[in-house]
Amino acid sequence: MLVLDRVGKTYPNGVRALDGISLAVAPGEILVVIGGSGCGKSTMLRTISGLDPPTQGRVVLDGTVITAPHEQIGIIFQEPRLLPWLRVADNVGFGLADYPKAERRMRVAGALERVGLTEKARVWPRELSGGQAQRVAIARALVPRPQVLLLDEPFSALDAFTRADLQDHLLDLWADLRPTLVMVTHDVDEAIVLADRIMVMRAQPGRVYEEIACELPRPRDRQSAAFDFVKRRVLAALDRSLDRAVVMAEEVETRAAAGGGLWW
Amino acid sequence: MTADAEQAGAPEAISKGGAARVLRPALGLLLPVALALFWELAVRMGLSNGRLVPPPSVIWNTFSDLASTGELERHAAATLWRVACGFVLGVMAGTIFGAITGYSALTHRIVDPTLQALRSIPSIAWVPLFILWFGIFEASKIILIAVGVFFPVYLGVMGAVMSVDRKIVEVGRVFRLSGPAMVRRILLPAVMPAYVISLRAGLGLGWMFVVAAEFLGASTGLGFLLIDGQQLGKPAQIVAAIVAFAILGKATDWLIVLVASPFLRWEDRFARR
Repeated sequence: MLVLDRVGKTYPNGVRALDGISLAVAPGEILVVIGGSGCGKSTMLRTISGLDPPTQGRVVLDGTVITAPHEQIGIIFQEPRLLPWLRVADNVGFGLADYPKAERRMRVAGALERVGLTEKARVWPRELSGGQAQRVAIARALVPRPQVLLLDEPFSALDAFTRADLQDHLLDLWADLRPTLVMVTHDVDEAIVLADRIMVMRAQPGRVYEEIACELPRPRDRQSAAFDFVKRRVLAALDRSLDRAVVMAEEVETRAAAGGGLWW
Repeated sequence: MTADAEQAGAPEAISKGGAARVLRPALGLLLPVALALFWELAVRMGLSNGRLVPPPSVIWNTFSDLASTGELERHAAATLWRVACGFVLGVMAGTIFGAITGYSALTHRIVDPTLQALRSIPSIAWVPLFILWFGIFEASKIILIAVGVFFPVYLGVMGAVMSVDRKIVEVGRVFRLSGPAMVRRILLPAVMPAYVISLRAGLGLGWMFVVAAEFLGASTGLGFLLIDGQQLGKPAQIVAAIVAFAILGKATDWLIVLVASPFLRWEDRFARR
């Protein structure tokens, strides 16, 4: 269980990036955080990862307070961040340096097979496409089998086709060991495809604005009416979080309040 | 730049590879050989008396004379030895200082301004001082060369350490690397390309500084041959010594590239080999 207890982040120059964020993520849950730019979603992810600990409140994973990177918390960034001087297989095995060689090799081979890049094992990172490099980064993060996987806009640098492909791929990988996923994105479609719960954040200072449950059965059809319904709710919430004039929100909200369910 | 594109281009590249591999280094020889031929012809045809700028044939004769008496070997070995010792010293000092000032902002602020000031002093200016301090034998020469090698290496290492990509360092932090592990697994490989360039620059300066060192108080070495040639009115010897410098300098630089290239195969560079 991952818990954020009134997490706040104030920078030395006085800027309050986060304020009083409290949430709990159940084991194996997929939480997607969405919000306008500058709302602190990446900052929040970095406090969970331990790279940028909070200045107020605490991040707690199964009773352990997180103040520095933790072996049970993996992170995938927007750029693949592969080490250019290591071949793909060595990159994937980077976090397993303390393991015996045979086991490391086995796990790396398994991970590469899982992401469909076995034939790229001896290739240099410079020779990979963007999508391939990001898949290697995912393999690298998953190979130590962390309990929690954080993803900071992992697919935003990729084209739409690759993005849809990798979203499905990520769900596939997640189904293996069911880590807890906390993902930041600004792509609403991506959020709805992946999330069990969507958290809309609001800026200045960054805080939780609204939570929208997304209980559609997987695999989710991006063209379905149910998908569209959730999307309108999320877009409306986003608009409100940005103090933008909302057009369809009332109709959508009435329906949501009436049964909390879907209208067909 | 995808792997598919690489494979599509591969068959074409392989068939061209064989011929290209021989032709490409040969291209580098084209210019000097052409100039040498041109000059030889000019002297033979009487366009120049070839005394002050001897033609290649005369230079070649001087070379073989020096080689047959073992003189060439003796002087080249003396110069090479000095460059080698000075290079090792300069690289060690430059690497250590560069790494520390690159890593620690405080050390940088304290030490760098002084070193930058010292860097602007030309090699010749150090010679009288070092002769006074270290005598006229090998020590002063080797230290002078070490000074020459030190600065490019120091600058290169410092710059490389300071500009390591923060995003890559964060990968190290995410995987909880200890200090030494961070240096060994991330910082060192990351600075390697810039380090090799700084080594080559340092070596180049080392060759320049050895001449300054051998100009005064030397009785062996290619620099000595230069001065000797001037004092005895033997321009052929001077040019022969210069050619020897060029060859040895290029050879030692090529040696660094050769030794370093397995460590740099991963580079994603603008220039393609």
